Amino acid sequence: MRKQLCDALVARSVNSDMVFLTGDLGFMALEPLQSAMGHRFINAGISEQNMVSVAAALSRQDFDVWIYSIAPFVYARPFEQIRNDITFHNLPVKLIGNGGGYGYGVMGPTHHAIDDYGVMLALSNMTVYVPVFDEDIDAVVTRAGASAHPAYIRLGRGEHPKSFSVPGYAPWRQLTHGGGDVVIAMGPLAGTYIEDFEKLPEKIRPNLWAVAELPIEHAPIPAELIAQIENSSILCVAEEHVRHGGLGSELLLNLAGRGVVVRCFQHLYARAHHYERYGSQKFLRRQSGLDIHSMLESLGVAIS
Amino acid sequence: MIGRFLAAKGQSQSEPEKLFLCENLQFLTNSARIFRISNKNSFQSDHYSLILKRTVLYLHKLFLNMVLEKMNLKPQDFLNARKRLLQMHFESGVGHIGGNLSSIDAMLIVFHEFFKGMDKFVLSKGHSAGALYITLWSIGRLKDDDLKSFHSDNTLLAGHPPAKGIEDIPFATGSLGHGLSLAAGTALGFRLKNNDAHVYCLTSDGEWQEGSTWEALIFACHHKLDNLTVLVDHNNFQGFGSTDQIASMSPLWEKLKGFDVELHVVNGHDPDDIRDVLASKQRRFRIIILSTVKGRGVSFMENRMDSHYLPLTAERYRQAMEEIDSK
Repeated sequence: MRKQLCDALVARSVNSDMVFLTGDLGFMALEPLQSAMGHRFINAGISEQNMVSVAAALSRQDFDVWIYSIAPFVYARPFEQIRNDITFHNLPVKLIGNGGGYGYGVMGPTHHAIDDYGVMLALSNMTVYVPVFDEDIDAVVTRAGASAHPAYIRLGRGEHPKSFSVPGYAPWRQLTHGGGDVVIAMGPLAGTYIEDFEKLPEKIRPNLWAVAELPIEHAPIPAELIAQIENSSILCVAEEHVRHGGLGSELLLNLAGRGVVVRCFQHLYARAHHYERYGSQKFLRRQSGLDIHSMLESLGVAIS
Repeated sequence: MIGRFLAAKGQSQSEPEKLFLCENLQFLTNSARIFRISNKNSFQSDHYSLILKRTVLYLHKLFLNMVLEKMNLKPQDFLNARKRLLQMHFESGVGHIGGNLSSIDAMLIVFHEFFKGMDKFVLSKGHSAGALYITLWSIGRLKDDDLKSFHSDNTLLAGHPPAKGIEDIPFATGSLGHGLSLAAGTALGFRLKNNDAHVYCLTSDGEWQEGSTWEALIFACHHKLDNLTVLVDHNNFQGFGSTDQIASMSPLWEKLKGFDVELHVVNGHDPDDIRDVLASKQRRFRIIILSTVKGRGVSFMENRMDSHYLPLTAERYRQAMEEIDSK
């Protein structure tokens, strides 16, 4: 998604009030943005705490401020600076974290971000964007950029089948239709289930939804999805995030508040920051039970 | 120098005073120039020209002193501010007095004598909020009623600078190590907007143990933020002991010398020392280390760890006020 991000920000940078700060990352990806922005593209160096506070101060002067780094370096390292300097003042700084979830795979646990949006959602006024497809980036940059509040954007990589026709951006989108149960997945993970779900008979094919924005108060659940949940024997939520503070708990709280009954709740989530063995994002998803086999098993669907 | 002086003082100087000063300086300078041009081949005339030039310089100084005398805070102003600070802390039963007394002199001078227009002040050592509130009160930005509410329910004046409600406080501070970055970002923003406003940031000395403060130092130096002045309240104490005993960087200025920074060390309780350094021409990012005394002005608080935490008893309050009155 970095290519699409760079293109979207280059387009946005015609606004002379835009300032972009990177924590010394973006090699072979953000050079076009650097060229387009000149002195408004600031490599703040390997000093994320300072970068976030500087961004807050620039935003205080009404600059349109975007920050970029590898996900854990943009939300975990400078957490107090985000909390105190950005969100206490409700400053519309946009934090972009690349490689959300297990995106950095075999690079190891320091580079994984599986507790990012839960942490960010604990902060007041914060909106989280987890684009599902590469094609979402334009819309996400536009929506986040138009917001008067801070935002965290978790970048991954679009993972839909080649033959899949990507629907236009929306915070909640239904990706597969059938007579089966409801599956709701956060961000790009949703795309990994499409191909196998489509192969299932229509009668048992899950209704797969992708979520791209939280909290739910900012991006309400479509009525159609509520109706499907009410008629479903299993509601399965999958997210490349730890159990606490993620989509699963937020969704259940919201549904409980509405009086919607969930007959059976299955939660597939990122199990750990560190395993004894490392591997690709796909490997780590499998370790966490986020792969398609674990998903079908949780739905009680026989694997052919 | 005159231009900078006028720019720095412009806000609080009356228009007739400025006009008077400018007209006289212009007249004397022109007289010297004309005299020299018309007599440039004469050694004797050069001699007279030199005398006239010296006279002009002397008069410059005389005018400056006259106006400075009129505009600068008086010794009594510093004592009054201390008394008001102690009153506020006593009435609210709040401690954190020692670090307020060590930093209030510099805050008063910055706000009364140097602050102008769009300038910003970031109190990085947020636990000296009391001194900041008193300073804002002294320039009419806070009222007595505000001070009376300090630290009580439904107050704007929290124990550390708040995020909202007071225009002169741009950021909530209190967690150490944030202020210098916020000030650097503000200074960078002014530069990007071609705004010549200045940014002042007051840090503690213990705060330089925070890694983020060094991140900000590197950033400010690299970006050559010559519109940023950092004042360090170097009172030698921190939360649970002296800076020397806990994580010594003494002397701090030696550590800072390696950076591309304009570094000054002055007596943080000598108004003229502080004035002179603030009025001097700034060519680079500037750090002024204020050599201060924790609890300054109250004998039983000076250089004492407990002045960081403990509020005043009625007896101690009376004693402190009497001490200040006797000065």
